[in-house]
Amino acid sequence: MSGTFTKSTARNIFYGGSMFFFLLFVALTFDTNATLPKRDNSQNLTEQVARGKKVWETHDCIGCHTLLGEGAYFAPELGNVYVRRGPDFIKAWIKAQPTGAPGRRQMPQFHLTDAQLDDLVAFLKYTSEINTSKWPPNIEG
Amino acid sequence: MQYKSQAVAKPYFIAAIGLFAAQIVFGLIMGLQYVVGDFLFPAIPFNAARMVHTNLLIVWLLFGFMGGAYYLIPEESERELHSPALAKVMFWIFLIAGALTIIGYLAMPYAELARLSGNDILQTMGREFLEQPLPTKVGIVVVALAFLYNISMTVLAGRKTSISLVLLLGLWGLAIFFLFSFYNPANLVKDKYYWWWVVHLWVEGVWELILGSLLAYVLIKVTGVDREVIEKWLYVIIAMSLVTGLIGTGHHYYWIGAPEYWQWWGSVFSALEPIPFFMMTVFAFNMVNRRRREHPNKAATLWALGTGVMSFLGAGVWGFLHTLAPVNYYTHGTQITAAHGHIAFYGAYAMVVLTIISYAMPIMRGREANSEKSQIVEMWAFWIMTIAMVFITLFLTAAGILQVWLQRVSTTPMPFMAAQDQVAIFYWMREVTGVFFAAGLVLYIISFFIGGKSAKAA
Repeated sequence: MSGTFTKSTARNIFYGGSMFFFLLFVALTFDTNATLPKRDNSQNLTEQVARGKKVWETHDCIGCHTLLGEGAYFAPELGNVYVRRGPDFIKAWIKAQPTGAPGRRQMPQFHLTDAQLDDLVAFLKYTSEINTSKWPPNIEG
Repeated sequence: MQYKSQAVAKPYFIAAIGLFAAQIVFGLIMGLQYVVGDFLFPAIPFNAARMVHTNLLIVWLLFGFMGGAYYLIPEESERELHSPALAKVMFWIFLIAGALTIIGYLAMPYAELARLSGNDILQTMGREFLEQPLPTKVGIVVVALAFLYNISMTVLAGRKTSISLVLLLGLWGLAIFFLFSFYNPANLVKDKYYWWWVVHLWVEGVWELILGSLLAYVLIKVTGVDREVIEKWLYVIIAMSLVTGLIGTGHHYYWIGAPEYWQWWGSVFSALEPIPFFMMTVFAFNMVNRRRREHPNKAATLWALGTGVMSFLGAGVWGFLHTLAPVNYYTHGTQITAAHGHIAFYGAYAMVVLTIISYAMPIMRGREANSEKSQIVEMWAFWIMTIAMVFITLFLTAAGILQVWLQRVSTTPMPFMAAQDQVAIFYWMREVTGVFFAAGLVLYIISFFIGGKSAKAA
């Protein structure tokens, strides 16, 4: 084995193999980008949704919650929360934090304005309409 | 130490260990918040503790990688570092910027930090692991470029070995893929798609090149096995890493709105991802068995073997456990992910940094190896931390399986918080094991302060 399989063979496999699979990955990415408009709900991507995403990001919601399964696992999945709870519940819930229940996980009070709450809800509605291949398995996320 | 400038690695290693200790403190805080939800609230909300925990991890590993590179590149290139002064300046810039960022996370609400740090200029914050404010992100790029300039100039001017070339490629890849952290479109699917170009292509791509080259370097040193043999193995392993890992990114694209063919690409290629880690274990044991010398630093050899085994367990086995699309459909975003994340990061990256520190630190302190007494304490620390991490992983896996059952599989699915209450016992056990891990780390730090005569080869 050591006679025929030399270091330079191994090196060529590394450079050739990685280059090939990287290009394949780039090609799949192009194809993904081309098909995304059918799945990513971008037709409903309004200014308000973009503002809502900013509210989501600047309050580090991902630091406790998951969104489409990514984030922290400390608090509920919110990709489908719009479907699970509806807009009014979401807004009332955020306004009522923290619950102050002893020993229970606490969500901070963010002092969001009504406009910010509406933006955030718009973002969560848009997110819930992305085609996620039927994930999560049920409404509980 | 063959070259004077290798000494710049020392502050990098010391900082790495210090930040590692801080990371564990915040890990313990979070672990407790899982069961005592209002612990330290509102002073340190969970999300702040988590940002500190994960960002410190990234930063201490980067310190470790940079220290490792500064240590081994002069020796591999057979010349002094291009600019030791630049390396020292960058160390302080990186450390101070890192500390300010952590203070920012803890001292004020995140929205306030975003406002003060210019998030309106270029909105990049608030995405998992990429929470750093804009100035920090720019700082990371500046430090990385200065570092790469320094290392690349050294390699170009000197001997070019496979180890230094692979390391260089890994480090350049790290810097290049980090640039995707500046891309944050309003389209959530695209945001997530390219977010993984940093996160996955780091830990399951270019970081593996860094891991492989650091491990190969230490194995050459402690076993005396012929460089040709070790470098050939290195190429085979990293070839398999990238061949499987690049398309393996697909296992993150199942449920974020990307096309469904990713379920096939992702499943097939990530099923192959354990192979390079398995090869790494075989490689490490093989080289140690064929060793031509007894290196007096037994602790470093132990860390090197441990890296092979634990990265295979963590990145390989625990990764494979939930990587197939039909399984991942149920486990995605549960404690199973947390279990995998813990053991994979410890086994692959924390341990390889501890390996290079274990090998290089005694030499930088003027001896080939630490005293027998010091090494015994270090090896105890190895076993306590490693076994504790295995149990942390097992408890989180148990929590995850139960969570999946209660919340997703059962005919009467429970809400998230109700399911969390049911699995609390495993969180308690994880927290206790976390205390053992911290004790192991304290022992590890103590081992640096145990003097005595340098150990001799057996």
